Amino acid sequence: MIQAVRLRKHYGRTKAVDDLSFIVKPGRVTGFLGPNGAGKSTTMRMILGLDTPTGGDVTIDGKHYTELKQPLRKIGALLDAKWVHPNRSARSHLKWMAVSNKIPVSRVDEVLEIVGLTEVANKRAGGFSLGMSQRLGIAGALLGDPEVLLFDEPVNGLDPEGILWIRQFMHRLADEGRTVFVSSHLLSEMAQTAQDLIVIGKGRLIAQTTTEQFISDATQDHVRVRSPHAVKLREILAASATVTEDAVDGALVVHGLPAPRIGEIAAENQIVLHELSPQRGSLEEAFMQLTKESVEYHAH
Amino acid sequence: MTLLAVERIKLFSTRSPYWCTALAIAMSVGFAALLAANADQVGVGLTQAGTRLALVVVLVLGALAVTTEYRFSTIRATFLAVPGRTSALVAKTAVVALVAGVIGEVAAFGSWAIAKVIKPNADLAINTGAEWRAVAGVGLTFAIGAILAIAVGILVRQTAGAVAILLVWSMLAENLVGLIPKVGVKIQAWLPFMNADNFLAVNTPSAGEVEATGGGVVFKLSQWGSLAYFAGIAVALLVVALVVAKRRDA
Ligand SMILES: Nc1ncnc2c1ncn2[C@@H]1O[C@H](COP(=O)(O)OP(=O)(O)OP(=O)(O)O)[C@@H](O)[C@H]1O
Ligand SMILES: [Mg+2]
Repeated sequence: MIQAVRLRKHYGRTKAVDDLSFIVKPGRVTGFLGPNGAGKSTTMRMILGLDTPTGGDVTIDGKHYTELKQPLRKIGALLDAKWVHPNRSARSHLKWMAVSNKIPVSRVDEVLEIVGLTEVANKRAGGFSLGMSQRLGIAGALLGDPEVLLFDEPVNGLDPEGILWIRQFMHRLADEGRTVFVSSHLLSEMAQTAQDLIVIGKGRLIAQTTTEQFISDATQDHVRVRSPHAVKLREILAASATVTEDAVDGALVVHGLPAPRIGEIAAENQIVLHELSPQRGSLEEAFMQLTKESVEYHAH
Repeated sequence: MTLLAVERIKLFSTRSPYWCTALAIAMSVGFAALLAANADQVGVGLTQAGTRLALVVVLVLGALAVTTEYRFSTIRATFLAVPGRTSALVAKTAVVALVAGVIGEVAAFGSWAIAKVIKPNADLAINTGAEWRAVAGVGLTFAIGAILAIAVGILVRQTAGAVAILLVWSMLAENLVGLIPKVGVKIQAWLPFMNADNFLAVNTPSAGEVEATGGGVVFKLSQWGSLAYFAGIAVALLVVALVVAKRRDA
C-alpha cells in the first residue's frame, strides 16, 4: 500500500503538489490521472525518495522509500526510459542494478526474456528505439520481482503496437496480484487499464474512486442551453437541476433535466432560447470538464 | 563490498574510463620518452614530468564518473537502487580513486622504465627515499586528485563546468597566483596542486636557496605534510559534496 498524507512539493512559487492525500490499494491497478503539469511525476519522485517533500509524507507499507533495505525487491519503478547510459549494454545496465540489491545475476536474463530483449541484450542501450528503451525500463522495474510497480506515462510516445504491449503487460502484472500504480494524462487509456483512479489537477486531489464510478459520474448526459435571458433561466432551472456555465462561451450546461423539459420550462416563462442541444459526454470531454479549472496550461 | 562491485560494473561498462586510462599512461610515458631522448642529463625526477599531464586526464576521468551519471540521469537509477546516497557516492569515490591510483603507478613506473630503455647509461636507479616518493608517490596523488575531481563533479553536475573548473584550476590558476606581487608565492604554498607537486619533488630547495635564486614558493609543510594537506582538501570537498547530494533533489 502506498499512502500519501498531505503531501506538498513547492519549486519556488510553483506548487507542483499541494496538500495531496491518497491511498494506492494493494493488488490492484490504480491509475494516476491528471493533465500535463498536474504533478504526477513529482509525486512519483517523492514516493521513490528522489525528491524531498516540502511538507507531508508518503510511505510504502508504512516505510519511507529511503528506509527500504533492498528497495528493488519491494517496489519497481519506471519513471523515464532514458535513465540509462547510452554506451552501456542492456545487460550491464541490469547487472549493476541486480548486484546492488543482491538479486541473482541470472535474473537479468530472465527479465530480458520477459520483455523480449534477449537478442539485443549486449547491444548499447543508446541505440534502442523508444519502445525498446521502455521495455528495458520495465525489465529494470521487474528485476527484483517486486510486489509494487510504479510506471510514469509508460505509453507516452509509443506506437499502437507498443501501447498494446504495455497495456497487456499491466494486466498481466495485475493478474499476478501485484500493486500497479500507473500515471497518464489520458482517461481513455486509464479506462482500459486501471481499476481505481486517483485524479489530480494543479497538484491537488480531484477524485479518488473506482474507474467505473468515475466514468459513470463523468459521462452523464447534459444539455447545452444558450439564451439572451441566461441569468433568469438559470435561476428557474436551478430549482430542479444542476446548472453550470461553459467556461468557453458562457452557455448553460444543465445536468438532470432532459432537453424537451427545458424547452417547455423556457416556453412557460417566455424565455427565448438560442440553443438547446442534448450532449452525450465522451470520456475525454468529461475528464477535461473535471480538470478544467485545474489545467496548468490552457491552449489559447 | 556490494556497492564497490556495483560501481566497478558501472565504471567499466562504459568507454570513457578506458580512453582516459590509455591517454593518461600514453601521455606520461610518451613525454618521458621524449625527454629522455633529448635531454643531456636524465634523472629519476625528470622521467616523471609527464605524469603531471596524466594527472589532469585522471581529474577528467574522476569528474566524468559522476557528471555522466547526472547527464544521463543514471544517478537517479542509482539512488533508486541504493537510497543511501552517501554510501553509493563513497563507493563510487573509492572505486575511481583506486583505479586512479593504479593508473598513477603504471604511468610512473612506465615513464621511468622507458627512460631507462632509452638512456641505459644514465643514473636512473631509484635508491633514495626522495626518488621512491617521486615515482611510487604518483599513484597517491592521482588517487587524491580523483577524490577531488569527484567532489567537484557532484557539486557542479555538468561535465563541461566540472572539467573546466578542474583544468583551469590545476593547470592555470594555481600558477597565475604566483604573479600576484609579494603575497602570490605565499598563497601558492597553500594551494592543493602545488602541495601535490611539492610532495613529488626530488629536490626541495630550502628557504634560503629560494631567496638566492630570486623567489619561488617556500612550502611550510614537509613533503608528506603536503600530501596530507592535499588529501585533506580533497576529503573536505568530498564531505561538502556528499552533504549537498543528500539534501538536493536527485
Ligand atoms: N525540478 C523542478 N523544478 C521546478 N519546477 C518543477 C520541477 N519539476 C516539476 N516542476 C513543475 O511542477 C509542476 C508539476 O510537474 P510534473 O512534471 O510533476 O507534472 P506531470 O503531471 O508529471 O506532467 P506531465 O503530464 O507533463 O508529465 C509543473 O508546473 C512543473 O513545471
Ligand atoms: Mg510527468
